[in-house]
Amino acid sequence: MKKKNYNLIFGIGIVSILFLLFLIGIFYTPYDPDAMSGSEKLLAPSIKHFFGTDQFGRDVFSRVMKGIGTTFFIAISTVLLGSMIGIFLGALTGYFGGWLDEILMRVNDAIVAFPSVLLALIFISILGPGQNNIIFALAVAFIPSFSRMTRSEFLANRDMDYVKSARLMGVSHLRIILVHILPNAVPTLFSMMAIGFNNAILAEAGMSYLGIGVQPPQASLGRMLSESQIYLVRAPWVAIFPGLAIVLLALSFSLISEGINEQREA
Amino acid sequence: MSLLEIKDLQIAFFQGEVTKHVVKELSFSISEGEIVGIVGESGSGKTQTALSILQLLRENAKIVGGSIFFCGNEISKYTEKEMQILRGKEIGIIFQEPMTALNPVHPIGKQIEESMKLHLKITKEERRKRALEVMRLVELPNPEELYGKYPHQLSGGMRQRVMIASALCMEPKLLIADEPTTALDVTVQAQIIELLKKINRVKKTSILFISHDLGVIHRLCDRVIVMNDGKKVEEGKVEEIFKSPKQEYTKKLLEAIPNRQVSLRRRRR
Amino acid sequence: MKYLWKKIGTLIITLFIVSFLSFLAFSVIPGDAAQSKLGTEASEEQVKALQEEMGLNDPLLIRYGRWVVGFLQGDFGESYSYSVPVKEIVLNKIPIMVALVLLSFLWILVISIPVGIFLAQHSNRWFDYVIRVGNQVLMSIPSFFIGMIITLIFGLLLKWFTPGSYIPIEENFIGFLGYLIAPSIAMALPKSAMAIKILRSAILSQAGMDYVRTAYSRGNTKKQVLYRHIFRNAMIPTVTFWAMTLVDLVASSIIIEQVFSIPGMGSILITSISNRDYPVVQFIIVFIATIVIFVNFLVDLLYGKIDPRVHIRK
Repeated sequence: MKKKNYNLIFGIGIVSILFLLFLIGIFYTPYDPDAMSGSEKLLAPSIKHFFGTDQFGRDVFSRVMKGIGTTFFIAISTVLLGSMIGIFLGALTGYFGGWLDEILMRVNDAIVAFPSVLLALIFISILGPGQNNIIFALAVAFIPSFSRMTRSEFLANRDMDYVKSARLMGVSHLRIILVHILPNAVPTLFSMMAIGFNNAILAEAGMSYLGIGVQPPQASLGRMLSESQIYLVRAPWVAIFPGLAIVLLALSFSLISEGINEQREA
Repeated sequence: MSLLEIKDLQIAFFQGEVTKHVVKELSFSISEGEIVGIVGESGSGKTQTALSILQLLRENAKIVGGSIFFCGNEISKYTEKEMQILRGKEIGIIFQEPMTALNPVHPIGKQIEESMKLHLKITKEERRKRALEVMRLVELPNPEELYGKYPHQLSGGMRQRVMIASALCMEPKLLIADEPTTALDVTVQAQIIELLKKINRVKKTSILFISHDLGVIHRLCDRVIVMNDGKKVEEGKVEEIFKSPKQEYTKKLLEAIPNRQVSLRRRRR
Repeated sequence: MKYLWKKIGTLIITLFIVSFLSFLAFSVIPGDAAQSKLGTEASEEQVKALQEEMGLNDPLLIRYGRWVVGFLQGDFGESYSYSVPVKEIVLNKIPIMVALVLLSFLWILVISIPVGIFLAQHSNRWFDYVIRVGNQVLMSIPSFFIGMIITLIFGLLLKWFTPGSYIPIEENFIGFLGYLIAPSIAMALPKSAMAIKILRSAILSQAGMDYVRTAYSRGNTKKQVLYRHIFRNAMIPTVTFWAMTLVDLVASSIIIEQVFSIPGMGSILITSISNRDYPVVQFIIVFIATIVIFVNFLVDLLYGKIDPRVHIRK
């Protein structure tokens, strides 16, 4: 009797819907997300404007579509960049060990000492705000967790008999790393990547909320929230819909990560 | 009157809709001072039988029929509360894995005397004194020093001695030993068996000894019950069963003993 | 004892790396302190002279050493934007951050310990499922969004508190703490959800261990097994999580200050980042990192107390 993996089903379901919204948003939004209209300020949700309009009369639904796109782009780039570098470093240090391993682990410890948002803030304060800098900053914050996990997987495997015999048969180090050991780590890495997406989404939202993330006029869910704050009583929808979008994005990936873990245990 | 009497015991596992009977109408008894062995392959229901006596079965397993009498009381009808008074005081139990069966974050002295803490109203000093005595009985070296050590600092054989000490500190009438030597290497195994014999001799403790290894049973037990697929296949004096097994299954078990001849010789000596 | 020394060694090394990286990061920025001080209109000669005077042309390691020594003596440099010592700007913000973080940590413990234990005791009952689903959702809500919802419902609609009416700590300590209740709860909620989940699963995974059966076999009641045996073992992963949480709270306090208009460390940090007031940013970052490192150090020591096996682990 197999139990259905509801976490995975719902997680992937929500992500798919949001991703579809993002894809459509590239080519089509009901309104121009940046078009202001003096006569349509702070309108409540209606058939015309699903999510209402904001203080400049912009359509919140169109802006949320664009904002989801920005978040997706940043989250995906961040996780890919961070995990690639992290896996590379972890594989290298775990497999070969030695002084390189020692140094990288100490630097890892030092980086982990910073909360990831704070680490990103350091980079932003040096590099300045903007989408690419956010991606870079968050990616650096994600490297330690990936490299640590990959490293321990490689440490556990490098002295196993199958690796030794592969070495004796003359298989190259690169091939052993990529073909023999790395696949063992894949399920864990997938689950970590899902958590990474969740963290990246929340971190990006936080930084944009602080005004040091994505810069206007690019739509961003976090910034929409901070701008809506003064109209909270008059027009709560301007805050609630972007907020819900962030929650759904983060939730879907945390469900997926949960689901992957469940799958692995089964 | 026998100390422990099991009548038509039935145990079942419940997994969703599926019910699986693991012990089927098992009956046997243990007299005072007697060492009885139960032998069988894994999955034969011997461990479940042992656990059911103390009502320590997992949540998905249950006694579905029969009864268990201890000193004439039907303990299979006992409530959890009544059972708590019995556990550790009248009946002690030791398990297969001495590493995981001990709490890793408590010093072993504390674990040995826990039954006393639960069942007796005596001072801390008194408890410690008695714990050290039991530690000496089970031949743990330097009891005073070991008292404050943690399980991970001990060898496997010593951990099993700690388990035995903890089961014995209330001087129970019955000691249930569920494969206590399986996880240990051969020399340590022999020492533990000698220890159990000594305890039986000195303290007159009855022992129910569960094992998959007839050789070990042979060296320790007076009587043996052979189990297969939840049922009793054969029962009798160890000596007799060893010499002339009546059932095919028992013969197969006997053949499985790797150094049967050695074992026989040692017994004769 | 050996364990303690080893941990102190790690502490010192980590502090060194963190401080060096922080120093390095801010010394590679184009346009240095002299330039910032004189403004863009200063002539090249003036800048060069001031650079020499401030010792900005010395080798990196010497400048690092000077910076560390200054730091230890309480000289954190001078703010570019306000031309006052960094000390004067930031020191009185520290209590705000500490109060916010600790208060919120307290909420997390108060909420998650009883709920986590309760759910573990009644796992797979209907309310266990309901709370677990609720938890999963709660975990995904950013604390600043919760803060906004709290502001809207309890502040603006129910008027239980007045958003934006922060009371300085010097003025009225009780009033100060009172205003921090809403933001600290906003920070605590998502983390509590996670803490409940961790504690619940830690207890449940311990409950299946062999030593638990041993504990029952000695005559322990369910409660005694839980509190004497399971709880301390379940604390091992939980304490690790709590330490991480404490660190995360520092970061979320920066954001939550903005939601509730608290003039604390966060608002100074954000302003300074926008103004490129590097000495202030640098101080706040080194300060926070130092706190984080010390928290981790203390947790490691606590760990040794909870888990005796830790001493032999690498």
